[in-house]
Amino acid sequence: MSERLIDITLTVNGDSISERVEARKTLVDFLRDDLALTGTHIGCEHGFCGACTVRLNGEIVRGCLMLAVQCDGANVETIEGLSDSGELADLQSAFEQRNALQCGFCTPGVLATAQDLLKSVRQSGVPSREKIREHLSGNYCRCTGYHAIVDAIEAVAKQRAGGA
Amino acid sequence: MGNEMRIAEDNPPLLSALDRPNSYIGRSVPRPNIKRLAQGRGQYVSDVMLPRMAHVAFVRSPHAHANIKKIETAAAKKSPGVIAVVTGAELAKVITPWVGVLTHLKGLKSAPQYAMAVDRACWQGEAVCAVVARTRAEAEDACELVEVDYEPLPAVTDMETALEPATPVIQPSLGDNLCFERKLDVGEVDKAFAESDAIVETTFIFGRHTGVTNEARSIVADWNPGDERMTVYQGTQAPHMMQNLFAKHLGLAEHQVRVITKDVGGSFGIKVHCYADEMATVALSKLLKRPVKFIADRIESFVTDIHARDHRIKAKIGVKNDGTIMAFEIDDLTGIGPYSMYPRTSGIEANQIVGLVGGSYKCPNYRAQARVVFQNKNVMCQYRAVGHPIATAVTEALVEMAAAKIGMDPLEIRRRNLVPDDGYPCAAPSGLKFEQLSHHESLAHLDAMMNYAGLRAEQKKLREKGIYRGIGFASFIEVTNPSAAFYGVGGAKITSQDGATVKLDAQGSIIVQSGVTEQGQGAESVLAQVVASSFGVSIDRVRVITGDTDNTPYGGGTWASRAAGIGGEAAWQAGKALRGNVLAVAASILQAKPGDLDIRNGVVVDAASGTERLPLEELARIAYFRPDTLPAGIQPELIATRHYVPRQWPFAFTNGVQASYLEVDVDTGFVKLLKHWCVEDCGTVINPQLVDEQIRGGIVQGIGGALFEHCRYDERGQLLNGNMADYLVPMAAEMPDIEIGHVVTPTADSELGAKGAGEAGTAGAPGCVMNAINDALRPLGAKPLTDMPFTPDKILRALGKV
Repeated sequence: MSERLIDITLTVNGDSISERVEARKTLVDFLRDDLALTGTHIGCEHGFCGACTVRLNGEIVRGCLMLAVQCDGANVETIEGLSDSGELADLQSAFEQRNALQCGFCTPGVLATAQDLLKSVRQSGVPSREKIREHLSGNYCRCTGYHAIVDAIEAVAKQRAGGA
Repeated sequence: MGNEMRIAEDNPPLLSALDRPNSYIGRSVPRPNIKRLAQGRGQYVSDVMLPRMAHVAFVRSPHAHANIKKIETAAAKKSPGVIAVVTGAELAKVITPWVGVLTHLKGLKSAPQYAMAVDRACWQGEAVCAVVARTRAEAEDACELVEVDYEPLPAVTDMETALEPATPVIQPSLGDNLCFERKLDVGEVDKAFAESDAIVETTFIFGRHTGVTNEARSIVADWNPGDERMTVYQGTQAPHMMQNLFAKHLGLAEHQVRVITKDVGGSFGIKVHCYADEMATVALSKLLKRPVKFIADRIESFVTDIHARDHRIKAKIGVKNDGTIMAFEIDDLTGIGPYSMYPRTSGIEANQIVGLVGGSYKCPNYRAQARVVFQNKNVMCQYRAVGHPIATAVTEALVEMAAAKIGMDPLEIRRRNLVPDDGYPCAAPSGLKFEQLSHHESLAHLDAMMNYAGLRAEQKKLREKGIYRGIGFASFIEVTNPSAAFYGVGGAKITSQDGATVKLDAQGSIIVQSGVTEQGQGAESVLAQVVASSFGVSIDRVRVITGDTDNTPYGGGTWASRAAGIGGEAAWQAGKALRGNVLAVAASILQAKPGDLDIRNGVVVDAASGTERLPLEELARIAYFRPDTLPAGIQPELIATRHYVPRQWPFAFTNGVQASYLEVDVDTGFVKLLKHWCVEDCGTVINPQLVDEQIRGGIVQGIGGALFEHCRYDERGQLLNGNMADYLVPMAAEMPDIEIGHVVTPTADSELGAKGAGEAGTAGAPGCVMNAINDALRPLGAKPLTDMPFTPDKILRALGKV
């Protein structure tokens, strides 16, 4: 049995975490079941829907395609951390004002993906709607039809590019 | 009150009947629950964790049809973490089977369905054995150790041959594979066809597809033997309906069952049915006396979430050379799996199609036949816009094909045939009654909004360069705000009325408890807006509670676009009633007449002058803490409940028209959607942004069915693409921007005048896209495409390229 359990140490939303996990456990199951960070959602468990998108060492990844043991030593950021730090505040506000979410199940993943696109907007310029749509192409939303999401991201891109 | 129709502005002016001071009706206020969801702080059923909670995984039949000869569970029971292994036969002692029929769908029949298969599995994916363990992973491990001895039986998969004598009968007790049949023959159909100048006759195929909610079906059942109560956390659209069903089949009283529905990760009609594995989960909790959680994984979702739209329709239209539509005729055949779904039945979609085809037009001659047959495939039932996408696509494709045949513009043929806006009230040939629709006004609005003439010119110019763009339309009607005519009259315990309780708390804020449910569409926002307006407070002082059978008035929940129109009206009336109660108390404190006072922005004021007299905080303080200071005989009742059900009209029909502009790559067969428009009339618009977003989301769901989504089965009844890599859904990159316009024709059935808006997008989009594709390919002489989804392969075949 013992080889099935592996000790890992990682940073999650700024906290240092040491846990013993099953080798087969995915990152998203680890976040949800072991750390009770339920803002990261499980939609398809085969890397398609993007509901489990989190940030790992600064890059967005699928929580269902990573094993927890692969994250030993890593820095993981979930919607809870990204919300509390204020990093997503303008995006979240735009999503709320534009009603760019309905059931909200895809939203944590969509926000992480949007932030990934917009993190360097002041250097790279405001992305076109086509570019925004393309960047979101791995995030499934059944409710909105995407138009409002694109609107909200576009608005924030313009604010960030033009703002202080 | 008459129905006044007009084009809505971006910020619609207030309607007179609703013109309360500081009204929120017609304003795009953000939803009260949205901030929580945007921070990942919602609570979906998949997030629920309870002490001693166990997890269930199911062993599911790999065969579409097989006898279950033996189930060997000994090895599974010894697997680490396993709490129980329970077969279908064992669970049948805990929960009784059900039969999905409604008496008003005459002749509809089905066989008893068990929570898990007992002797025989009837579709690939039907659960045959449950494993309950400490974790889902351990339960799945042990499922691998359950040995089921199956005896495969012939699978009935082709609906075309399902009724032939040589085909095995799936449910022997029923005698044949026919679930339901309806025939209609109105006017003089044969004569009308004989007198037609042109006839178009074709066959439409609508591929099976499914809801693919982002959060799969989820349930946590918690039987507490101490207080003999079952608490069920469930992602459902209809908590009271489920309360009734859990109680009925577990042998409990309804008051022993509490259904709690918090955040739901998408529903769309998928989560308004009674699923066998969810019933099994509840039964397992009762059996094991502890909480049991079941979350469908994505593969399970594909083989057990209801499918929809598997229809083959032979259809015919006759027209005169002046465009007059003479007659419609359809023959619908649909396969619904081995059981009629409980409790709404699987006859409704075909029934809707028969009712709706041709319903937008003046044509009085209509013949229809629909047959619903059993198959060894997953169950099929009501999904967003039930029947409408099919009825609309068939009608609107026939109309555009006829227009092409007689050389008439597709908008012109509609102008000549749509029921005139001053022609209401009236009824469709099928008998459906229309209070007041606005087809022509909507069409005119759309024409201008999309710059139709300009697009036609652009299309013509590009064709000369070998670029093939198409413009397609779909006028539609949509059933919303259903009365008891839908289910209640057929004997189902599915209420069409809904209730709202509104109370003033001790600080002068408002709590609303409503029987409708929030699925992300914004029901809670609509309820808050309505109550804030009718009672007279700012919306930030209104808290809405939904989704708890212990704490909300009895109601139907969310389906058939009923939450705003029915739940909203109940809340509007409850807010008014509470205002009356509060003003009675205020009058006694102020020594005024209640009729001379009003509540505005949280303050009791003189109605005539607006002078502030008493803040609600102060009124609440006196009423709750110093009632001794009130005059003798005054007992404040700071709570009011009202219920509402439409009575004048069985349904509040809405209408609208959509347009699609797209480009077909004639070398690859790929369709690029360039733009989509919809003008919709849902009566009073309570929150324009929420309505628009319902329509946009609905349109994209309809586009999914037109272009991508298809549950593909082989002849053995095996689902070939039950995963999200092979079953394609609309993603951001392929979807167009969507422009929405409104015409506002309130229903006079309610004071609010709101009709439903949740399904109109889905109703019109598939037909609209079909027409646009065929418009694009018409100059190339392609045979019109009528077989959804329109994959590149089918388009290249129509062009004769493969």
